Amino acid sequence: MARDTSIKSVLVIGSGPIVIGQACEFDYSGTQACRVLRAEGIRVILVNSNPATIMTDPEFADATYIEPITPEFIERIIAKERPDAVLATLGGQTALNAAIGLFEAGTLDKYNVKLIGADVAAIERGENRELFRAIVEKVGGESARSIICHTMDDVMGAVAQLNYPVVIRPSFTMGGLGSGIAFDEDTLRQIAGAGLRHSPTSEVLIEESIIGWKEYELEVMRDKVDNVVIVCSIENIDPMGVHTGDSITVAPALTLTDVEYQKLRDLSISIIREVGVDTGGCNIQFAVNPVTGRIIVIEMNPRVSRSSALASKATGFPIAKIATKLAIGYTLDEIKNDITQVTPASFEPTLDYIVVKAPRFAFEKFQDADPRLTTTMKSVGEAMAIGRSFPEALMKALRSLERKEAIFTFTEARSGDEKSSLLESMKMPTEYRLQQVQRALWLGASMDEVFASTKIDRWYLRQIEFINDVARTIAEPGELSLDLLKLAKGTGFSDAQIASIRGIAEGDVRKARHQLNLRPVYKTVDTCAAEFEAFTPYHYSSYEEETEVRPRTKPAVIILGSGPNRIGQGIEFDYSCVHASFTLRAADYETIMINCNPETVSTDYDTSDRLYFEPLTLEDVLEIVHAETQAGPVLGVITQLGGQTPLGLAAGLKAAGVTILGTSPDAINLAEERGAFGQVLKEQGLTAPEFGMASSQMEALTIAQRIGYPVLVRPSFVLGGRGMEIVYDDEALSGFISRATDITPDHPVLVDRFLDSAIELDVDALYDGTDLFLGGIMEHIEEAGIHSGDSACVLPAMTITDTQRVQIREATLKIAQGVGVSGLINIQFAMAENVLYVLEANPRASRTVPFVSKATGVPLAKAAARISLGSSIAQLREEGLLPSEGDAVAKGISVKEAVLPWNRFRRADGRGVDAVLGPEMRSTGEVMGIAATFGESYAKSQISSFGPLPKAGTVFISLADKDKKHGIAPAQGLSALGFHLLATDGTASYLLEHGVSTVVVRKNSQGTGPMGEKTIVEMLNAGDIDLVINTPVGRGTRADGWAIRTAAVQRSIPIITTTAGFSAAVEGIKALQAGDLSVAPIQEWLKR
Amino acid sequence: MSKAFFVLDDGRIFEGTSWAATGKTFGEAVFQTGMTGYQETLTDPSYHKQVVVMTAPHIGNTGVNAYDNESKKYWVAGFVVRNPSTLTSNWRSENDLEAELISQNIVGIQGVDTRAITRHLRDRGAMRVGIFSGLELSREEMVIEVRKQPAMSGAYLSDDVSTDSTYVVPAIGEKKFTVAALDLGIKGATPRAMAERGIEVHVMPYNSSFADIQAINPDGVFLSNGPGDPSTMTETIDLVRQILGEEIPVFGICFGHQILGRALGFETYKLQFGHRGINQPVLDRKTGKVEITAHNHGFALQAPTDSGFSTVYGPGQVTHISLNDGVVEGIELIERGAFSVQYHPEAAAGPHDAAYLFDRFVDLMVQYPRKVEAL
Repeated sequence: MARDTSIKSVLVIGSGPIVIGQACEFDYSGTQACRVLRAEGIRVILVNSNPATIMTDPEFADATYIEPITPEFIERIIAKERPDAVLATLGGQTALNAAIGLFEAGTLDKYNVKLIGADVAAIERGENRELFRAIVEKVGGESARSIICHTMDDVMGAVAQLNYPVVIRPSFTMGGLGSGIAFDEDTLRQIAGAGLRHSPTSEVLIEESIIGWKEYELEVMRDKVDNVVIVCSIENIDPMGVHTGDSITVAPALTLTDVEYQKLRDLSISIIREVGVDTGGCNIQFAVNPVTGRIIVIEMNPRVSRSSALASKATGFPIAKIATKLAIGYTLDEIKNDITQVTPASFEPTLDYIVVKAPRFAFEKFQDADPRLTTTMKSVGEAMAIGRSFPEALMKALRSLERKEAIFTFTEARSGDEKSSLLESMKMPTEYRLQQVQRALWLGASMDEVFASTKIDRWYLRQIEFINDVARTIAEPGELSLDLLKLAKGTGFSDAQIASIRGIAEGDVRKARHQLNLRPVYKTVDTCAAEFEAFTPYHYSSYEEETEVRPRTKPAVIILGSGPNRIGQGIEFDYSCVHASFTLRAADYETIMINCNPETVSTDYDTSDRLYFEPLTLEDVLEIVHAETQAGPVLGVITQLGGQTPLGLAAGLKAAGVTILGTSPDAINLAEERGAFGQVLKEQGLTAPEFGMASSQMEALTIAQRIGYPVLVRPSFVLGGRGMEIVYDDEALSGFISRATDITPDHPVLVDRFLDSAIELDVDALYDGTDLFLGGIMEHIEEAGIHSGDSACVLPAMTITDTQRVQIREATLKIAQGVGVSGLINIQFAMAENVLYVLEANPRASRTVPFVSKATGVPLAKAAARISLGSSIAQLREEGLLPSEGDAVAKGISVKEAVLPWNRFRRADGRGVDAVLGPEMRSTGEVMGIAATFGESYAKSQISSFGPLPKAGTVFISLADKDKKHGIAPAQGLSALGFHLLATDGTASYLLEHGVSTVVVRKNSQGTGPMGEKTIVEMLNAGDIDLVINTPVGRGTRADGWAIRTAAVQRSIPIITTTAGFSAAVEGIKALQAGDLSVAPIQEWLKR
Repeated sequence: MSKAFFVLDDGRIFEGTSWAATGKTFGEAVFQTGMTGYQETLTDPSYHKQVVVMTAPHIGNTGVNAYDNESKKYWVAGFVVRNPSTLTSNWRSENDLEAELISQNIVGIQGVDTRAITRHLRDRGAMRVGIFSGLELSREEMVIEVRKQPAMSGAYLSDDVSTDSTYVVPAIGEKKFTVAALDLGIKGATPRAMAERGIEVHVMPYNSSFADIQAINPDGVFLSNGPGDPSTMTETIDLVRQILGEEIPVFGICFGHQILGRALGFETYKLQFGHRGINQPVLDRKTGKVEITAHNHGFALQAPTDSGFSTVYGPGQVTHISLNDGVVEGIELIERGAFSVQYHPEAAAGPHDAAYLFDRFVDLMVQYPRKVEAL
């Protein structure tokens, strides 16, 4: 047996932009797939629209298509490349759906391409609920009683048989999109209605509720000769009712006997056989009744999933890599276990540690959103932690989330009824339910009370009680003895937690601990519980006897990753960290990665010489630095590539005597502290928008008068654009201030002049102390006021002049010099009436680094890592890492577009949250379009970001007064392209005045007309509208605009909320009308 | 909780706290890598005289129940865990693990670096060990006591674990066969697996004679698992030769496999640290398929894996090998109804991948019917 030698080229389908439910775990799996295939000498063709991925780096495939992942585009790629096979099981549901599309369209047959990894019939059997149910029954398993429905009448009939509560599950959606639990008819109609729309087959399943049951997942792999192994079992602490992606989960399963576990194992094996997943991985979910042990098979994913990535990191068994090898014909026993190097992959990993995964949410970004956790996944990221006991792993996982609310607290009751109110509120699962559980137990609630409220297994509740017991011991008077500290550290308490319980400083705890020589040891994740020697230094900390860190001779560089994904800090930063590791390994350094995000490439044990799967806190990082310094020479720590998380640690590390490589903490402070940065700009003769700080409403109004409206206001103590708003008059400003209730002299409000007609520009550059290398000047498509992360942008900038370009380069150099950058810097500029304003500078890798690198072919992050270690730009030019002369040049025209998660969130009343862009970032991911013209590139970016522009049809336009002027030209453009224009009163009459033919349509608030004329919302719901242009008026949710935008989001109708976006869309539509968009691999672009 | 010590005969000592019964105990130190199934491990007679180190950190979470016992008592000489559970959470649980261990007088230790112990045993090999808890002994005194204990090599333990008199496990459903199962330390799951296939199982004392076996007129003979050094089992080996001579189908598991191998003229040897876990890949060389299996053996059979072999009972071959280290995991006689495996198709604890071997035993009994009936 060996690999199928008839396969000489494979098209790998990626997963596209990061969205909730489908994140960078598929970059991890896809990157592994590409590596495996290339190592086999197979030609790899890749399609993925996400430029922030490692897999789309030109060196990972022979032909990399950064193109939309749709059957149409993939067919063009197949026609051009004629691959022998398509591998679609490693790119999430997106890739799987694309593959089914290709199959159904006959494309695979037409070009004689075989689908490897799973065939369409198996995918169908795994994902179609009726077929799957029959399979479960056939193998002797049980499914929840349920009824398939295609209409609302079916749904009502079903509930009559099953009784409330019922669970609604739409078919063929990912991350549980559109599913939910209904306790009454109103919610049932809402959820089922949305589910019928979201499902590509208009199919939902209504099933008996098994809320509160224990929930398990098994990761299964099978090869072509029917060898099957279970890679990992995962137990959800949150019982059934919360999506597994939103649950705190544990590996391995801890509350099943062998008899019960083997039943799940037997069922899993029978199911994968019967479904017929011939080669590869799948994930099967079970519910177990905690009283009777009745087992219900919930569902399976016939592909590599988010849980597979977690299972891979949790066990050291690289599922995606092995799935790829199986897909090309190897059998499990022919594949070696990388970690032991002697044993085969045909075994089941055994763990001698506990893994806890905790989700990270972003509810604060969607203030209208219902905070309840349901069967629709809402978390945007996750952290994983490893410990030698459950409490240790749990405490590490919670601090890995980088949320102070996530850390257990051991303080007195905040009020007399805190305990009872906690017991009440924890009945509804929300982001911090486990913290509520811990507090309630701490305040004296009994385990039975908490169990009654949550149905969380008592074993876990007992573990949390134990943590509370240890906290009580820590609080007892007396010195911090060795025994006490051993107990506390072994239970996972951080120095900071111990300090806060004792009312002393964190540094003092650390000092006392170090004096007692109590430090963590580092154990190894080795797949086999130490039965065989491990050759991969994949470590985690624990307070135990024996460390497994091996001595080293080569100088090492420690790279800090970016922690759990969150909005604003995601895969883009992992990309930069991974690049640093690659380039420094190539330059003969040993690289040591620290990160706690299981989804990433950086936490693949193959990426760096050593991997520490640890929280990114000062304490955890310092201990690793210490351990590695004992092991061999350490040059220092790179903090500028992982985003704000490592940057925030730089000062503390430096204070503890650790060398920070690259830009110094002082320089970071210069750029981040507003006053100091203002001084830098002043010295360099650069301009920033005027601003002031107000600690009262009066002061704010005075400042606004001085600098002129509109102004951008925000609380000074929050980051990431949170709570930011643009206001146009005194009334709105007063309104903002009165809402920002905790405004005080300590917490002032920042009032900035808002440049409303400005063009915003983003610059990424490298500086080595002498030379500047400009990576690119990107122009935002949306006007100023939209967060740069949510704005589309184009590279090269389209509307600035050569003189302005020179001006921008000079300003960048001055700032880099003034701040004292060594490595990467990102600067946001605004150009208004030919004046260049500096908005902000970040002396670190930015979100746009991967995009710029893809568009120009210049590996900025690699160069930054080298500069951090002392190489000059001149040397890197000589080496060929940077171009021999000049700045980076964009090849073709590249557009980056943001992808927003509106369809994930609902308000508590069940209606959608408002889909409007603003100064607060809300996008989860990005896509890139590359083409020879802006129109084509923009059109591609819209297709990739799930808002394909229509070629023809009806457009609805509704513009705020301030936007009307800028709306005329694009409206005229659309009309000339043959579109039928609809608008509400005001906009229609304005457009008609300016000679654009427009038909008036009724507002939602006007209701249906006397002759049955539909309102715009009714038309949207009826599918009469192909594109919506709706710019918001002032703040938030004026009812009409909100109703239009949410209806559009729910119907998946493309919606544009800015006039600049409107103009860009017209260009895109022109390109679409001109003919099919062509495809070209990035390697071809980079040669141009 | 008082201090407790895990003392190895090479002088390495791990300090933990007392757990389960206190006092002292001795045995061979071995590690077990299963993440589930501690109760089955504790009640498996093959662990007689062994101090078992569990590599999974949390033990006792699901308590204990009567149904999952593999024999009537807890056999391990000592039990080493990192984090024993202080609460039992399972709908089938009937008792707390620690309470059960105390009532069975099993000395335990908790809070030791079980991974460090495992790595030590992996690198240095299984060795003698003592657990001392609640005792005032110096480190030297403890090591000396450990070194006084007998080693596992040369240990003859069948007498300790075997049934005193024959008992019958009735067939489930229609009775199709009668099997004499020689109890060398048999687990409950084994007769259960046979009974499910219509076999009436006569579980007989280890020292049963050939006449005793003939007396029940069996369709086949089963050689069970069990503790001890197979090279000490000369009488049983002779018995097996007699059975083979009569062409009665034979199926051996674990210790029984080693005895069948020795009866065919092969040597057995002690492994560095043995196979003890429920995740072990074994290749069935006839089908090319891999099964994930439960293992518990410190000795192994030396038989040729590169070609078949010939015996006085005709040609044979190695049918199964461990994919981890190439150890012989199964043999058969090609022209006689005799085969054996080193691992545990009855599982408990562990995967059920190898359950088909009981079907194979049934097939052999069909293929090689009783001579008595033929007469």
